[in-house]
Amino acid sequence: MSRSPDTLPGQHHYVAPSNEVPLRAVDAVDTEAEPRSLWGEAWHSLIRNPIFIIAGIMIAFILLVALLPGLFTDNDPKFCELRNSYGGPQAGHPFGFDQQGCDVYARVIHGARASVSVGVLTTIGVVLLGGAIGAIAGYFGGWFDSILSRVTDIFFAIPLVLGAIVVMQLFREHAGVVLLVSVMVVFGWTSIARIARSSVMSVKNAEFVTAATALGAGRTTNLVKHILPNAVAPVIVTATVNLGVYIVVEATLSFLGVGLPDSTVSWGVDISKAQSALRDRPTLLFYPAGALAITVLSFIMMGDAVRDVLDPKAKKR
Amino acid sequence: MTQTGRISFREDPNPELRDGELRDGQASSSGHDHASTPLLDIQDLDVTFTTSAGPVPAVRGANLTVYPGQTVAIVGESGSGKSTTAMAISQLLPRNGAITGGRIEFQGTDIAAADRKQILALRGSEIGLVPQDPMSNLNPLWRVGFQIKEALVANGIAKGKEADRRVVELLAEAGLPDPERRANQFPHEFSGGMRQRALIAMGLAARPSLLIADEPTSALDVTVQRQILDHLDHLTDSLDVAVLLITHDLGLAAERAQHLVVMYRGHVVESGPALQLLQDPQHAYTQRLIAAAPSLSSRRLVSQRERARTRQDAEKAARARDPLPGRHDDGDDVIVAENLTRVFSIRGRAPWEKPTPFTAVDDVSFRLRRGTTTAIVGESGSGKSTVAQMVLKLLEPTSGQVRFDGRDLAQMSSKELFELRRRVQPIFQNPYGTIDPTYSIFRTVEEPLRLHGIGTRRERVARVRDLLDKVALPTGVMDRYPNELSGGQRQRVAIARALALEPEVVVCDEAVSALDVLVQAQVLELLNDLQSELGLSYIFITHDLAVVRQIADDVLVMEQGRVVEHAPTEQVFTDPQQEYTRRLLDAIPGRSIELAGSRILGDLEEAQAPTTDSMVSEDEQEQAVRGPIASEGEDPYTTGGVV
Repeated sequence: MSRSPDTLPGQHHYVAPSNEVPLRAVDAVDTEAEPRSLWGEAWHSLIRNPIFIIAGIMIAFILLVALLPGLFTDNDPKFCELRNSYGGPQAGHPFGFDQQGCDVYARVIHGARASVSVGVLTTIGVVLLGGAIGAIAGYFGGWFDSILSRVTDIFFAIPLVLGAIVVMQLFREHAGVVLLVSVMVVFGWTSIARIARSSVMSVKNAEFVTAATALGAGRTTNLVKHILPNAVAPVIVTATVNLGVYIVVEATLSFLGVGLPDSTVSWGVDISKAQSALRDRPTLLFYPAGALAITVLSFIMMGDAVRDVLDPKAKKR
Repeated sequence: MTQTGRISFREDPNPELRDGELRDGQASSSGHDHASTPLLDIQDLDVTFTTSAGPVPAVRGANLTVYPGQTVAIVGESGSGKSTTAMAISQLLPRNGAITGGRIEFQGTDIAAADRKQILALRGSEIGLVPQDPMSNLNPLWRVGFQIKEALVANGIAKGKEADRRVVELLAEAGLPDPERRANQFPHEFSGGMRQRALIAMGLAARPSLLIADEPTSALDVTVQRQILDHLDHLTDSLDVAVLLITHDLGLAAERAQHLVVMYRGHVVESGPALQLLQDPQHAYTQRLIAAAPSLSSRRLVSQRERARTRQDAEKAARARDPLPGRHDDGDDVIVAENLTRVFSIRGRAPWEKPTPFTAVDDVSFRLRRGTTTAIVGESGSGKSTVAQMVLKLLEPTSGQVRFDGRDLAQMSSKELFELRRRVQPIFQNPYGTIDPTYSIFRTVEEPLRLHGIGTRRERVARVRDLLDKVALPTGVMDRYPNELSGGQRQRVAIARALALEPEVVVCDEAVSALDVLVQAQVLELLNDLQSELGLSYIFITHDLAVVRQIADDVLVMEQGRVVEHAPTEQVFTDPQQEYTRRLLDAIPGRSIELAGSRILGDLEEAQAPTTDSMVSEDEQEQAVRGPIASEGEDPYTTGGVV
């Protein structure tokens, strides 16, 4: 054992046996693992998230109900017999009847279509309009951004429900899914626009965009090929959560009598009708409200799960 | 030999080889009379992280001894477990990390399993910490003085007025001028170096017997780094505080510490007296590390003769091309910058205040000869990157001009500019930001070809294959995505992309600064090989003078937007004309240490071999590392050829 007078106990020249830690090639590439894109990676962790699975199953079920209500009930929600008014549950009519004698179960099942279609169509409209305005403002900047941002601020200042009430009231005779969706898009695009703008602004200064410019890519190529695909994640997250919110707004407006017309089968309309008998028959309110709550919860849970994988900063540790 | 009996010693193959020098080195670096009982004695330490993929060992059986008043350095790459070992001492591991074995004896008691109260009593008062990032380790909402006072109060050193006085004393001690005023300022009013001084003051506030300094100066400019380390040395010497220095820089470690511990993949692979380790490294990994450390090696990677041939080839190739109309005759200079100036306007503090002009680049001129490398060196804020941006025409100069192949960039039509994009390519600093995370590697490298409409799809696939091969990446990475690659690999992808259009000039903006030493050496080798193979001309922007010596022919030293020195590389290193250049040179850590590394590099120079095609298996590599160096002209641990 070599001991120089200077070394203290425990500080001798020690060399690990070379077989203990075999040297690896510098910076070796792992060619074994399955190649996985950023989205593939996100999907991989999504399908391991129980919240995503639960929300996914629930949403799939809700969509099925909305598309094919006939699978779940043979009763016509608009076939109402007054002699059944406030009738209790019976065979074939598990939730009983409302004041008009309509089958509550059939109305809950058929009401899904109105809610889901308004939610989905509004989300699509909001993402297209708000996303385009936000992306353009964020990418081109300057006075263009100033103007678009002020327009966004003006619309942002008008509460969605309030604006919708006023406009829907004006066009009451045209009430329907198309009008409702357009009004909600007009008053609802701002949140997406703001997110798209900030997201595009942060991506546009990324080095890979500069690199693409130096390779000869033009402004449009950069925006479409590099910036948008990298900026879309936060927009998707917000849109998913908002989908639930739009369904609530639809129900609120229908409840207030300015949303979908009374003739439409919708949860909001039913909730509105049920409130008159709330004291005697709370279950009448419970069924459509419950369906609404479950639907909204599913979309919000989905949004949360998606946020966890797409926005690591928001992830809870 | 009671406690340390567990540590396995290996017979030193030639014990008397450097004993004499060692003693000298030790005597000069440590003037202390060390107590014979260790202050800190880590034995067989295991640290394990629990991740979603199961338990991951971070430290395995690490042994480490620190005596009172001594400086011990742990050296390793990122992921080697060096910081984890240090953090385990004061139980500052992240929540998913735990000590799963071994003992940490501090002042004779095992604190590996100590409870919260015991550890709290030790933190600050016995074990101080200087964290890595001075930018994020001070709370921006509180005055600096208040934050130091906190440390005093928490450790029961002083209270109230007394504590305020101590704070000023401590700041003065840490080398901050005008400490009374500084104590009342907020962190954002401090520069990086000043913040680090404040953190040192905080770490030493309660007069601990051990100071853990985790990469204390890695985020700072070299000259500031030197000042701060000198001051830290002086301070810990006079206070007789032991320092456990965590660093990736072997040169820095050797210069500052008496005892070195080299870690690799969670294991201590070699430890011993600093000079002995550096001059006579025994473990293959230590040898690798020393060979790659740019601060220690000191020569151009390619011999003069080779360089001249590269230059002539490039010049010949350029002459063969048709001269463009309206071309300025710049001879063999591919890029000429004349009197470049760039002024930015900085917004005033209030909207009604006029923006103040800020001259980022002031009257910079240089010429880049074909087939050569011009390095632009400077500290942060010197304007070096702004020059690069103007050469790339990503930024317009306020005045002056850049000519590429005799044509003024400012007067180029959009068609000419598109052509310029083909002939001048950048490589950027941040390997994590420089390639689009949503693109596969194939798409990334193919992008320039598609943008310029080169070849059919099949031809492009073949070309991408060829390019990846040039940068020594297996074709298997084509379907992969950037998130699956390491920083060095991403940087190689970026190089492949830059080379796709067969450019004549490549502008490397801190292209290797973010990489680990070994990977950095590998990428530098690759750049060098590609230069001689393809006749490329480089503009190499860096803050690291040590790297410059390995790659550049000419050096431009910039300070605050101006060129302070412009000369051939050897001249700058052997005979610097300016005070500023001298200071930069002096600040390179470990420069004065004569060691095995320079010999290895010297051998390498004689045995230049094309390296991009060498696919070395791990076993072969083992042998190559252990065997006589450069015997077959193929040296896997310093080449870019290893996959």
